Amino acid sequence: MKIRVKVNGRWYESDVEPRTLLAYWLREDLKLTGTHIGCDTTSCGACTVLLDGKAVKSCTVLAVQANGREVMTVEGLERNGQLHPLQSAFWECHALQCGYCTPGMLMASYALLQENPNPTEEEIREGLSGNICRCTGYMNIVKAVQTAARKMSGESQEALEEVAANGASAD
Amino acid sequence: MALRQTELRPMGKPVGRKEDPRLIRGKGRYVDDVMLPNMLYLCLVRSPYAHARIRRIDTSAALAAPGVKLVLTGEDLAQMNIDWMPTLAGDRQMVLARDKVLFQYQEVAAVVAETRAQAEDAAQLIEVDYEPLPVVVDPFKALEPDAPIVREDREQKSNHIWHWEAGDREETDALFREAPIVVKQQVRFPRVHPSPLEPCGCVADYDSARSKLTFYVTSQAPHVHRTVLAMVTGFPEHQIQVISPDVGGGFGNKVPVYPGYVCAIAASLKLGVPVKWIETRTENITSTHFARDFHMTAEIAAREDGKVLALRVKTIADHGAFDAAANPTKFPAGLFSIVTGSYDFKAAHVEVDGVFTNKPPGGVAYRCSFRVTEASYLIERTMDILARRLNMDPAELRLRNFIRKEQFPYRSPTGWVYDSGDYEKTLKLALERIGYEELRKEQAEKRARGELMGIGISTFTEIVGAGPAHTFDIVGIKMFDSAQIRVHPTGKVIARLGVRHQGQGHETTFAQIIAEELGLSVDDVLIEEGDTDTAPYGLGTYASRSTPTAGGAAALCARRIREKARKIASHLLEVSEDDVVWDGTAFSVKGLPGRSVTMKDVAFAAYTNVPEGIEPGLEATYYYNPPNLTFPNGAYIAVVDIDKGTGAVKVRRFLAVDDCGNVINPMIVEGQVHGGVTEGFAIAFMQDIPYDADGNCLAPNWMDYLVPTALDTPRWETDRTVTPSPHHPIGAKGVGESPNVGSPAAFVNAVVDALAPLGVEHIDMPIYPWKVWRILREHGVTE
Ligand code: FES
Ligand code: FES
Repeated sequence: MKIRVKVNGRWYESDVEPRTLLAYWLREDLKLTGTHIGCDTTSCGACTVLLDGKAVKSCTVLAVQANGREVMTVEGLERNGQLHPLQSAFWECHALQCGYCTPGMLMASYALLQENPNPTEEEIREGLSGNICRCTGYMNIVKAVQTAARKMSGESQEALEEVAANGASAD
Repeated sequence: MALRQTELRPMGKPVGRKEDPRLIRGKGRYVDDVMLPNMLYLCLVRSPYAHARIRRIDTSAALAAPGVKLVLTGEDLAQMNIDWMPTLAGDRQMVLARDKVLFQYQEVAAVVAETRAQAEDAAQLIEVDYEPLPVVVDPFKALEPDAPIVREDREQKSNHIWHWEAGDREETDALFREAPIVVKQQVRFPRVHPSPLEPCGCVADYDSARSKLTFYVTSQAPHVHRTVLAMVTGFPEHQIQVISPDVGGGFGNKVPVYPGYVCAIAASLKLGVPVKWIETRTENITSTHFARDFHMTAEIAAREDGKVLALRVKTIADHGAFDAAANPTKFPAGLFSIVTGSYDFKAAHVEVDGVFTNKPPGGVAYRCSFRVTEASYLIERTMDILARRLNMDPAELRLRNFIRKEQFPYRSPTGWVYDSGDYEKTLKLALERIGYEELRKEQAEKRARGELMGIGISTFTEIVGAGPAHTFDIVGIKMFDSAQIRVHPTGKVIARLGVRHQGQGHETTFAQIIAEELGLSVDDVLIEEGDTDTAPYGLGTYASRSTPTAGGAAALCARRIREKARKIASHLLEVSEDDVVWDGTAFSVKGLPGRSVTMKDVAFAAYTNVPEGIEPGLEATYYYNPPNLTFPNGAYIAVVDIDKGTGAVKVRRFLAVDDCGNVINPMIVEGQVHGGVTEGFAIAFMQDIPYDADGNCLAPNWMDYLVPTALDTPRWETDRTVTPSPHHPIGAKGVGESPNVGSPAAFVNAVVDALAPLGVEHIDMPIYPWKVWRILREHGVTE
């Protein structure tokens, strides 16, 4: 089946078997190997990506279901050589060890902060409860998400001020 | 918050990790990310039966399926002489089963096809005609005379593998005869699985034109893998390059060589193209090696004042169908004889019997130095039982029995020489930080109101860092480790080590060690591990051995470089070598601190201005054979509340005070403790892999074998004391496994403490809510 999917801002066209899972299509056809696979029961969230802005486990979505839609993977977080605040917070807070869960954690955290820019610790733990980490014990992941949330609200504050000073840009 | 990597003197500082920039960008390279031209995929066919004769295997339909290039059975491998392979415990294991299968999910055939999906489809088409045989899953039943024999290939027609003992039986028996107090408890450490987030897998790439086999594998021990693969396949070792790329967690699961690896290599040798095998999570839990499964009985003989006298332990170890426990050769039960723990017993006697059953092979050291987790759990649990019997506070009982600080180096009754420790200080810090006395008061008040609150203590001693080589080897290879350092003309360093990290942060911590020794910054030092073509030989990363062994090698190798650098510095400073002093960042002239040269100056001179009589260049290799093991220790305290309605246990607080000697990077140490306690928590409360009477695995995936999420996991508190190891080059001891070794007993002790008013003395792990609920109901406790 032919599909057309926008991934990290760019349209890709592909001919896929109907049973191809989105995770494998991203990894093997587009070579976006940041999306990982850790289980066969939709338990671990290592494969989490955004589909039209919502976090999904890409091992449990067919590539054809993404046809005409927009996917964002961990490779899409960095903009113009600048790490996303979540990425830098994960680094600063030592929120990763082996790093295998990290792409999924980052994408789940991204979706969480989109919905709730200022989550409590409990809300973060709940929001990430579909993602398993075998290394960190989660404490530093929670801390990183809190740190990123603060950075992002600070930044949007700055952005607001900039808009006030210079007028909105047409993006 | 992590520090920048450009500072000098980085030792002991929370330097941010060098491995993170690629991993947070999704640019790590794990084994499944290795995609080579013309690569094929391998899928294994597994047995549905736990014990069955194989009458016939029909591969014709699979061979005719789309995309299929090759099907392998045990017969095919027998023709290549690789139908069996050695295990790391001196036994052998079938690669693909021939005459009979010995456990459910055992590897029976391999299908190689152009795509993953085609390989999986074709695997379904392989028809195996099985004749089911009687199954034995219980290791005690396996020892009965009429039990079905699991291993008919052995000369010995029984399921008993070996008997092993340590300590002094007579002295122990004598002390028991006279002791006024004896407590005894049976304790099971359940069968669990390391389950790193990345499952096992490999890509075998045989290039016939170059006669070279490149083997990408998610391995904790790439050099040992290369040697074993050379032995199994007969392929010359120097023509095998094992590359362990980024590893997504290991915890002991990625030490052994698995049948899938041998099949992928066999297929690549036959087809001349790369072949990838990546296991599913289900395959990971059901076939690549499990951990623990120890059935233990402990007895302590003591005086009435609580002073312990002797310890007696008997254990049945369920090893499954093959003895593949990954233990040093002379230690079939690993370092289990550390079971006297932190206490000054006069005598001890320990016996372990290994048993075959129709279950997957293993007994790997899951975040554990070869059975020390079982040992530590057993002694910490039994000490609490003794405290209860004596009606003594468990902290007080421990304080009375600790090996005292002035007794180090301390020879244990089973023969270990503990390097250092200050157990009293560590426990007292923990008691104070958690507010022990107030907690006991609160508990007394709650008990008076019928509420269930418990406090559990574990004051464990670890034994890590195998070597020394005179005592330890794996398949004959001595357990040393190595480092090689090259200082380039501009003073930038590349260092390679024989270990292989899986998240422990070696790229940062080993850079810290070397930068500290050479007066450089962490940024100046690049660490590489995992490529057998470039790294010096080493035994790998497991059993908390990297810092004790390779960390020692890194420090001593850097000192070797510094010694040569001193000679060059004396030439540059135009003074005799005796007048050159090293202040940690530069060489200067004694008494003239202004006249100095840095390591960068020296490095440049080593290539551009070498003094007469000195070999050019600046590099060194060091093979470090540690003189002894190191003995990290800690005091952990858990506080729990139990819901009488549901039996659910809530961990209210958990404090881990660790003494791992000198700390290289406190941020990484804390991260290791968080992770290890989380695994200990999971083992205490939610993990077991049970089998039914027919040998069917009842927890084959992450729906049934539970791993904790952020929501399940409590918050951890940490602190530390520092008692350096006197024999380690930088006084470090290792920490990765301590939290996993020490924490299960603290959790269980806390739950039992909460239920003590009901007369409960012991509950076996995992402490599921239903177990507590049933105990409460049995004792007439309702909401
Ligand atoms: S791979 Fe585990 S949830 Fe998708
Ligand atoms: S960092 Fe290893 S699984 Fe999360």
